[in-house]
Amino acid sequence: MFERLQHIDRRYIFIAIALAVIVPFLTGLQLPNGAVSPPTKDLYDLIDKLPARTPIMIAFDYGPASMPELQPMAVALVRHAFKKNLRILTVCLNVQGVPLAEDTLAKVAPEFSKVEDVDYLNLGFKSGGASVITGMGVDIQHVYRTVNEKPTAPMPVMAGIRNYQQIGCIIDLASSSTVDAWIQFAVEQFHGKLAAGVTAVMAVDYYPFLQTGQLSGFMNGLKGAADYEVLLGKRDKGVLGMASQSIAHALIVLFVVLGNIGYLMSRKPR
Amino acid sequence: MRVHVPIAICFLAGLFMLVQFFVPHHLGVVYYEELQAWTRIVIAFTMVLGISSLIRTHWEKIRRRRQDWGYSVVTLVSFIAMVTIGAARGSEKGSPFMWAFDSVFNPLDATMFSLLAFFMASAAYRTFRARTPEATVLLLTAVIVMLGRVPLGDMMVQHGAYGIWAGLLFLCIAWAAFPWCAARFGRGTAWALGVALMLVPVALLVVSAHLRGMPISGATEWIMNTPAVGAKRGILFGVALGSIATSLRIIFGIERSHLGGH
Repeated sequence: MFERLQHIDRRYIFIAIALAVIVPFLTGLQLPNGAVSPPTKDLYDLIDKLPARTPIMIAFDYGPASMPELQPMAVALVRHAFKKNLRILTVCLNVQGVPLAEDTLAKVAPEFSKVEDVDYLNLGFKSGGASVITGMGVDIQHVYRTVNEKPTAPMPVMAGIRNYQQIGCIIDLASSSTVDAWIQFAVEQFHGKLAAGVTAVMAVDYYPFLQTGQLSGFMNGLKGAADYEVLLGKRDKGVLGMASQSIAHALIVLFVVLGNIGYLMSRKPR
Repeated sequence: MRVHVPIAICFLAGLFMLVQFFVPHHLGVVYYEELQAWTRIVIAFTMVLGISSLIRTHWEKIRRRRQDWGYSVVTLVSFIAMVTIGAARGSEKGSPFMWAFDSVFNPLDATMFSLLAFFMASAAYRTFRARTPEATVLLLTAVIVMLGRVPLGDMMVQHGAYGIWAGLLFLCIAWAAFPWCAARFGRGTAWALGVALMLVPVALLVVSAHLRGMPISGATEWIMNTPAVGAKRGILFGVALGSIATSLRIIFGIERSHLGGH
């Protein structure tokens, strides 16, 4: 029996995980969110304290694969910024991020009656990665002269913005190492204020930068998104997804415990 | 000439970028801005290189009927279809290109990534075994972080389930230690030690009443902020020193592999 605990057919594990993820979504199960992580609170406070009409920049550096974790962060951030009457500029170092940025803005802007080119602007994708970041550090309008064939200079949303010095906060939502480039150039070279939202699997890479103050705030995976939604008082897909993630994590722990019980019980004395 | 000119360009550009980083003079900013524009143009050309490489590789696979060449046909057909639709009808909201992106690419990409959850669950079950002390530390850390990242972990603590988890842990320890104790002290003593160890969770259950205010997410934050950061800093220092050394070798022309050849 204990031998069998060590060799549960992986198909049963797959079925259990699938049910753990799907059932909470179908039933709309919500669990109490628990303690808000301090780095997420820091980011929330940073945005919350910015004066009205201050521009913030959100970088959509992810694709559809990371949407379940990062899109709830984006929606919550945009919602918070519009609620505080901040201006939003979005940029994409990942070409797949462009439609995700457009979707997010198109979804949230009508809730607050915000107008494109006045209250928000999706600057879009530019190839070049780090060189785009450094270029914007000198002059954003030099890198993005036009958007959708319209010059950016006369747009009300760009009024008074030259480089990162006028941006209240840059938030990089990333599924790859773009945060490193933002830290290297936007923070270190051009003294911008940076926060990040990343997938849970990447999170451990960025804790050192929180301690050094190079990141002013941080959202860690879906839990970060859920925490932000709780702080904002608008529960959405982040909180909804946490029920699935909770049950899936508990199941994985259960399987690990069962495997170890099987291993320890069937071990012969030396 | 073919070697010395690129090395000279590399040396001058590298030196300029290095100096301008530390000297924020107006002249430096002007040339820096210009160089950045050049860089973006050069990087844009790498897209052409990438596309030609994609077409060449998959076309060769189809031509030689290599294993799984059917997937290459799908790749090329999808690529050509998306480029054609995008070029002909644009990529604005509501365009056929965006329909294909939202309805085909998005779900496919998300599906690929979500498969990871199933494989990670299966891999965690098979590999997290308390075979050695190091593996046990890894196992316990993983369990704490997994539970600390979800509300369920805090709920368990708040409902006094700390003792149950500690009980499971001590059950594992007792069973792991039993063969060693039996061999060293005899079975009778081993049983006595095992029973004594079993009493620890009872004590922990009492203590857990006082621990209700300390959620497991706090323990997770400590793991992420202290031991994980220590390890990560070590790695970062190593990578940074390696990057500096490699960059200097390229700037001074010692490292020439980027010019082709050996």
